[in-house]
Amino acid sequence: MAEAESAGLLETKYSRRKFIKSVIAVGATASSAGYFIGSSGLGAQAVPGTVERLITLTVNGQQRRVDVLPNETLAMTLRYRLNLTGTKLGCDRAECGACTVLIDGVNQYGCSMLTHQVRGSSITTIEGLENPDTGELSLVQQAVLEEGGFQCAFCAPGFIMSMTAMVNENPNPTRAEAAHALSGNLCRCGDYDKILNCAMRAAELARSV
Amino acid sequence: MAEKLIGTDIAPQDLVAKITGRARYAEDFRADGMVFTKLLLSPMPHARVRGVDATRALAMPGVIDILRADEVRQVEGRPAEASLTDEPLYEGQPILAIAAETEEQAAAAIEAIEVDFEPLPFVLDPLDSLRPNGPNAYTGGNRFGGGEFSELKWTDADFEEIEAGRMPNGEAAVEWTKGDIDAAFSESDLVLEESIVHQSLTHHPMEPRSSMMYWENGKLHAFVSTQSAQRTKYAIAGMLNIDPEDVILVAEYCGGGFGSKISGNTHMEVPAVFSRKIGRPVMLRITRYEENYIGRARPGFQSWLKMGFMADGTCNAIDLYIVQESGPFGAGDFNTAGMIADLVYTPQNMRFRGIAMYCNTPPKAAQRGPGGAQIVIMMEPILEKAARELGLDRLEVHLKNAPDADVGFGPRNSTLTSVFAKEALEKGAEIFDWAGKQELSGRREGSKVTGIGIGLSPYTAGSRGYDGLMVIRPDGKLYVHQGLGNLGTHSIMDTARPAAEILNLNWDQVELVWGDSSRGMPRSSVQAGSQTTHAHSRANHAAGMDARAKVLEVAARTLGGSPSDYDMDNGRVFRRGGGASMTFAQVAERAIELGGKYDGHELPDNIHATTVPAANILAGQGLMGVARDNYGGSGGVYTWVAGFALVELDEETGVVDIKEYVGVTDCGTVLHPRSLSAQVLGGSVQGMGQAMTQRWVFDPKWGVPFANRLYTARPPGILDVPLDMKADAVGIPDPQTPVGAKGIGEPPVGAGGAAVTSAVADALGGRCLCRTPLTPDIILAELEGLDKPFHLEQHIG
Repeated sequence: MAEAESAGLLETKYSRRKFIKSVIAVGATASSAGYFIGSSGLGAQAVPGTVERLITLTVNGQQRRVDVLPNETLAMTLRYRLNLTGTKLGCDRAECGACTVLIDGVNQYGCSMLTHQVRGSSITTIEGLENPDTGELSLVQQAVLEEGGFQCAFCAPGFIMSMTAMVNENPNPTRAEAAHALSGNLCRCGDYDKILNCAMRAAELARSV
Repeated sequence: MAEKLIGTDIAPQDLVAKITGRARYAEDFRADGMVFTKLLLSPMPHARVRGVDATRALAMPGVIDILRADEVRQVEGRPAEASLTDEPLYEGQPILAIAAETEEQAAAAIEAIEVDFEPLPFVLDPLDSLRPNGPNAYTGGNRFGGGEFSELKWTDADFEEIEAGRMPNGEAAVEWTKGDIDAAFSESDLVLEESIVHQSLTHHPMEPRSSMMYWENGKLHAFVSTQSAQRTKYAIAGMLNIDPEDVILVAEYCGGGFGSKISGNTHMEVPAVFSRKIGRPVMLRITRYEENYIGRARPGFQSWLKMGFMADGTCNAIDLYIVQESGPFGAGDFNTAGMIADLVYTPQNMRFRGIAMYCNTPPKAAQRGPGGAQIVIMMEPILEKAARELGLDRLEVHLKNAPDADVGFGPRNSTLTSVFAKEALEKGAEIFDWAGKQELSGRREGSKVTGIGIGLSPYTAGSRGYDGLMVIRPDGKLYVHQGLGNLGTHSIMDTARPAAEILNLNWDQVELVWGDSSRGMPRSSVQAGSQTTHAHSRANHAAGMDARAKVLEVAARTLGGSPSDYDMDNGRVFRRGGGASMTFAQVAERAIELGGKYDGHELPDNIHATTVPAANILAGQGLMGVARDNYGGSGGVYTWVAGFALVELDEETGVVDIKEYVGVTDCGTVLHPRSLSAQVLGGSVQGMGQAMTQRWVFDPKWGVPFANRLYTARPPGILDVPLDMKADAVGIPDPQTPVGAKGIGEPPVGAGGAAVTSAVADALGGRCLCRTPLTPDIILAELEGLDKPFHLEQHIG
């Protein structure tokens, strides 16, 4: 009933032709523009050829010079300019957390942050967690290895970044607090029980250092 | 003595790559000169493309070319999916593709293309298609058979029955019966009849189905996301009509599939054909929005169920009618659902009727426990109601009706290799403390009411007859070549354990080779239907036995005596009772000298033809173990999961909080306990999402889904599931397979979902909502005594 009403309302507001046209625009824009925040919006045209700028980013402790579009997301810069493909794109829109990185130690979605926003910040990706001199795994990675964490593991880099932020902030969480700390990340395999085991083990290792 | 491998927790060999970001999924590959392609998706659920004007798009900066439907494979005259089409059958179906230097340029060009669509009639709901004068999903009709479309419509009288909430007698496509249901219902002490709606829901694996491809020297290099590997190579070759040996498949990791990427996917054809056309590597990066449409979904059911019970809880009759929403290309779930209903409740009298209708909704495909998960999620609340009315305990009712090993079920009276469902129920009840928790049932604290529930879920879990392929190389290590996919089940690693144990090797003496067809993949099962643990523990057992026999023969031929004089341990073959010995490294070198069958230059006659090219790649590299699984067996291989849940239902908000969950499985011998627990609990969590949150919401007027991303049809997050969940296994080996192991992937979904729908029915005091997902609006409408908040026809709305 409610659906019939809403459809009726739509019909009075829009002619069929106009409505279909707008649906076409939304469908095509949303589907094709994907990650480009700047080009989203009803009927908006994506603007190609905007100018790249050479900027310096601090990624995993290294200065990286990179050409970046004004509307480019950090996740795309990492994956397609710097070849740091450990940061995954699961949804492009802050729904899944697979692209989580640390910005000055805080876990943030790389898909929802423009690269130009993080000039001057320290960016850490999954590739930056191992000890650069010894290749030793980080405490969180070690904990995940011990607990045999993750199934398909497409979400793993994002979860591990959130776990890293969690143990830095609160190395003594309850299981419920750990779940809250990781609640911005989605695991479609549903492997949450083991992920929480990994997080609790990571906190334990962090406390013992 | 070499370590024991079967039944121990060993971190999978690929785990370090997964947690350091080094694991490469399809979209992580790059190639020199790589360009991007974007798809133009249909904005209408059914339309015809009258014309395309791409002039402006093709003149835009960076744009290279366009790919149209007439350049890809089209199957004429029957419902079959093409990767690009000029007659889209659902909103979101790809029409054409554009390639450009950058993804943004390709996206901008898609915007600039003008498509003239002619809208066509569409149907979202199978019952609408069955109505007299209702619309058809295809121009020619709503059913296909004998090479042509026709129309099937029910009568006005059928629909009067439906409006009254009763089972219609409309013509079914499938019907089977056993026993005499009419007589049985008249003898029943309790007969319950319900109409039940189960929604359709998307697979949404975390990794969308991106792929990158290029051609080099006449060979296609394909980097894809697929559940299976060896079989996907052949699927791609078939799609392009090329020699399979001209496909180099790279599928090292797969970010989940759940049935939606069984042997890859239809849209792999786009980068394959486009890269051949333009002579550049092509990346097709699929976004979440696109994945929602092209990424497959579980079929929805509208069904009528009548169950008869005796006073002692015996289920003596089931009459089940399922109308399935099959999307534009069909699906088989409903048939399986009928079989599973018969298997779980073992009525001696049953009638199953079913019909699958084409609809203009995104395509349907097997989703983890296809058909089985839906039916147990739907039926468990009825069982709760029956037990309540008969004054019985649900556990007792399940134990009374669960089958034993001598079960015969379904239209062909199918048999099984083993059944330990009762053992799973009993063990689960003990861990969950089912008896102790009875007093919590219906407990009220403020606005919250507690409910407890059981879900019992079986599903197929094995197949037979595949090949194993392995080589002991001159470095002394065993290289097990796997043609399976790597989608997080750890099957690649775990099914190699039997071979290592047969050869008495430690795990660090074993290397796994997978993910690249140029390195040699034997004929393998598709990684679906929970087949692989069973199928490939057998295949690798057979090839391991072959390698063992060859090691002993090589030792005897080199050191004298007969093979039976020798034994092996820890990478060394030695004469029993002391004396001469050889390392596996020496055995490998000697096998290469001997040639013939020892190093794979001569192959067994009975292996599959598709294993031969893989074995040829490896010939001469060491001692080869290669064999077909000829262990045989009779009956289907089924695994069981018994799930137990405790929920709190808030009557003020309609929100259900799942507080506790236990899942216990009968899956035969456990190869890898920790991975098994992850499968049991992870699958159960997926079932909770199916029962509670995930659904499409369509605009019935225009036929387009509103719920088209993760947040609008959300799978469970970490806060939506119990903080502590427990999994365990009965651990009784299946007697018909040498390792004793059955698969596990499918059945937990139904167990997790059904335990929750059963617990919600319990919290509601025996009221069966008979609809999923149990979102707060549905629960509140029931609590407030409103008319049913849905019509049967609107299960997708």
